[in-house]
Amino acid sequence: MNVQIRRVTALALVMILALFASATYTQFVKASALRQDPRNARTYYQSFNRDRGPIIVAGKAVASSKRVKDDFGYQRRYSKGPLYAPATGFFSVVFGMTGIEAAYDEVLQGTADSLFLSRIQDLVTGRQRHGGGVELTLDPDVQTTAWDALGDQRGAVIVLNATTGEILAMVSKPSFDPADLAGHDTAEVNKIYQKLLKNKHNPLWNRAISGNLYSPGSTFKLITAAAALESGDYTSESVLPAPVTLRLPGTEVDLGNMGDSQCSSVGEMTMIQALAISCNTAFANLGMELGEDALREQAAKFGFSQALSIPTYVTPSTLGEDMDEPQVAMSAIGQFDDRVTPLQMAMVAAAAVNEGVIMAPHLVRTLRNSDLSVVKTIDPVPFATAISPSTARQLRAMMVQVVTSGSGSRAAIPGVEVGGKTGTAEKTKGQPPDNWFVSFADDGDTRLAVAVVVEDGGKAGMSGTGGAVAAPIARAVMEAAMAK
Amino acid sequence: MATLAPSPARPGRGRELALLLLALAISTYAYAQVGLAMEGRLPADFVRYSVGFAGLALVLHILLRVRAPYADPVILPTVVLLNGTGLAMIYRLQLRYQVSLPMFGSIASRQLLWTGVGIGAAALVIVLLRDHRTLRRFTFTAMLIGLAALVLPLAPGIGKAEGGSRIWIRLGSFSFQPAELSKILLAVFFAGYLVTRRDTLSLAGPKILRLQLPRLRDLGPILLAWLTSLGVLIFEKDLGTSLLFFGLFVAMLYVATDRPSWIALGLILFAVGVTAAHTAFSHVRSRFDIWLHPFSSEVYNRDPGGSGQLVKGLFGMANGGLFGTGWGRGRPDLTELAFSDFIVTSLGEELGLTGLFAILLCFAILIQRGMRTAVGVSDGFGKLLASGLAFSFALQVFTVVGGVTRLIPLTGLTVPFMAAGGSALVANWMIAALLLRISDGARRPAPATNEIDLAPILAAEAADAADAAKASAGDAP
Repeated sequence: MNVQIRRVTALALVMILALFASATYTQFVKASALRQDPRNARTYYQSFNRDRGPIIVAGKAVASSKRVKDDFGYQRRYSKGPLYAPATGFFSVVFGMTGIEAAYDEVLQGTADSLFLSRIQDLVTGRQRHGGGVELTLDPDVQTTAWDALGDQRGAVIVLNATTGEILAMVSKPSFDPADLAGHDTAEVNKIYQKLLKNKHNPLWNRAISGNLYSPGSTFKLITAAAALESGDYTSESVLPAPVTLRLPGTEVDLGNMGDSQCSSVGEMTMIQALAISCNTAFANLGMELGEDALREQAAKFGFSQALSIPTYVTPSTLGEDMDEPQVAMSAIGQFDDRVTPLQMAMVAAAAVNEGVIMAPHLVRTLRNSDLSVVKTIDPVPFATAISPSTARQLRAMMVQVVTSGSGSRAAIPGVEVGGKTGTAEKTKGQPPDNWFVSFADDGDTRLAVAVVVEDGGKAGMSGTGGAVAAPIARAVMEAAMAK
Repeated sequence: MATLAPSPARPGRGRELALLLLALAISTYAYAQVGLAMEGRLPADFVRYSVGFAGLALVLHILLRVRAPYADPVILPTVVLLNGTGLAMIYRLQLRYQVSLPMFGSIASRQLLWTGVGIGAAALVIVLLRDHRTLRRFTFTAMLIGLAALVLPLAPGIGKAEGGSRIWIRLGSFSFQPAELSKILLAVFFAGYLVTRRDTLSLAGPKILRLQLPRLRDLGPILLAWLTSLGVLIFEKDLGTSLLFFGLFVAMLYVATDRPSWIALGLILFAVGVTAAHTAFSHVRSRFDIWLHPFSSEVYNRDPGGSGQLVKGLFGMANGGLFGTGWGRGRPDLTELAFSDFIVTSLGEELGLTGLFAILLCFAILIQRGMRTAVGVSDGFGKLLASGLAFSFALQVFTVVGGVTRLIPLTGLTVPFMAAGGSALVANWMIAALLLRISDGARRPAPATNEIDLAPILAAEAADAADAAKASAGDAP
């Protein structure tokens, strides 16, 4: 029987060899196709099953991951989620990522090229891959002050360090808690997300840099003034016609000033005076004198219509297209189709306080290794030279005038040079206006650029103005930032 | 006159101990790795587990030194390694299920318990069975009990269906798969029956197309075996067990008679059975669908009877790739029954293709050792039994691994020694013990003096003669 036994043995070994072949087919030949099959839950879960690195503000993690025992392996957590949501964005297993979570996903996951050495280390030590950290430029005191100062009102606050471009505060209200969207119960997360989407005040928008954008109102006069100064035909002392009403060419419309007041008893005033009291007729007229192209060109130099990421994408601010003369006049005072982000207006103030140079606004200071050692520092780089130093000097003086003896007096801080511009952007008749304050502060040491917008007049409602509602908020955040 | 120069008898217990320690080291390391990878610390019962598992294995080793000193030294370490690796994987899945699927939250503890029972059963076999030839006396008893056990799950009251197959019996809170025990009993029966009838089966009968066919009356038991396995297929819906019994019987028949015609006949009968089943039963048809078109959305999403489990297993293996994710780092739990029917895909995922090759090699070694025992042992009964049992391992591994890698349709057998399941573990340990016992007989040197106990040999020879006489008497016209 031994011959038969040997044959059966051979058969058995052939059977095992066939298994070698079929296992190789599955695990080697077909492996990558199987991994890419959309039904492969492992591939999906793997993308989340990482010790994702923290997002850090002033040495503390505002977003971090914790090991949990479920399909995803790690749970994303946010401390003070709503406060930092405009910066961090969210990290959801259902709806993907936004904000810094999305922009620096590779770093946080640990797959970025900058973390190459760390990955080699992990490979050698067999340690599971850890993500890198992202340190933000936000200053928790300034951020919290802006949050508290805005209170229950809708709107946004953005604070730049004008010398470096670092974003010290970025608040958007109403906000949401990214922790709610980081849950692993997909049905629950979906419910919360749908509710956020349906909320008519759009809490998911980051109003400081995107969302529906705002009409800039009178804060746009800064750009009109800059265009005039840059043209070489005007100085801050140039005398401008400032009638009580201005008949817009080719129309039956008379443009008046706020509250139908007269800007000047003599019907004309210097540009610096006109800006201080925010005279509509003077700037509408000036806009028509300069023309659409000059306005558009100057706006572009400040950053309008340009792609910008901080590294979160910033919606470009825009002017209307193919404007006729009356539309140019309206555009010059921030009406018609002007649409801006608060960040864009803060950049205008930054140019004024920083000799005409806008430093690229950025939200990230350093990228860090999984052991939190710094692998890359984001150096300040100029974004644009928006205006000449001489224009900057004059614009700056004009803005100071607004605070010392104009509509922005509530932004004044003793011992600090503060300049600003109010804005009260009417949307439709009968609806409260959006209140703006765009400002800078310079204590000889730190130069800040700030934009505050409070929607629908905030608590003041119909009677809200930029000077009354937004300026105090700007003052509070500038004080908080100067206290450093 | 030719002189036989007997090679010096080497019991090989020292080698066994060395290999055993290696197997225990690998198993314990795997167990520790699971805890470290998944919880960052050694498993809570690490010391109890490693001491207990090693203790059990060493007790068996010592028992072999005393009771079967010439037993094959490779079988025990191989089995311990397979069992230990399986335990580590089941423990790994238990840790996961404690969070996600509490009903499977203690599978590893139970498997460890069953490992103890299995090793105990193996020890009992070695202690009680001094000579494997004794089993031959129970040829027909084994058949009766074996067949009875096979159909027991059909009995109302104690039988229960699970996962579509009716292969379990339940006594109180205690469940058992009697087919696992039948596997041994029927192998004993086949060996005993075939060693007696081999001459009549192989020589008598008409010749058709150069195929020596058996006489109809000799076909009786074979038809019985075929009907039984078909019955298992039909009434218990257990394709795997049916295939196992039939394959086992055909292989043993071939070893006994050297008639390829038997294999041809067996394959034809099996093909007829499968074709009939394919036509008659939707659950068999769906098995074929799953095998042929697992990735079609229609088959994938079918519920019940979809290919989801198979495909998830394939995803797992693909996830492991060449070197695996490492213990505790994959997601084998995403596949249903990752701890039993699909433990191979779990191992493939975390240990990679390399690890799976190592495991398959262990089985190849185990099978080869069993076959070598069959070649070495002198009596026909022992040869048939050893080769049959070894081949049953080969059949099981082939149908399971072939099933989950889509070489053949999925059948629902489990990998010996590795998959969670008490009945199978105990039965397989008993098979290992039988192989050890037979190998002790095979490798034991012939006594140098006349002072040997001839009683068992004479008794066996007498039994052979009596059987032969009976068989030929029965054949007489």
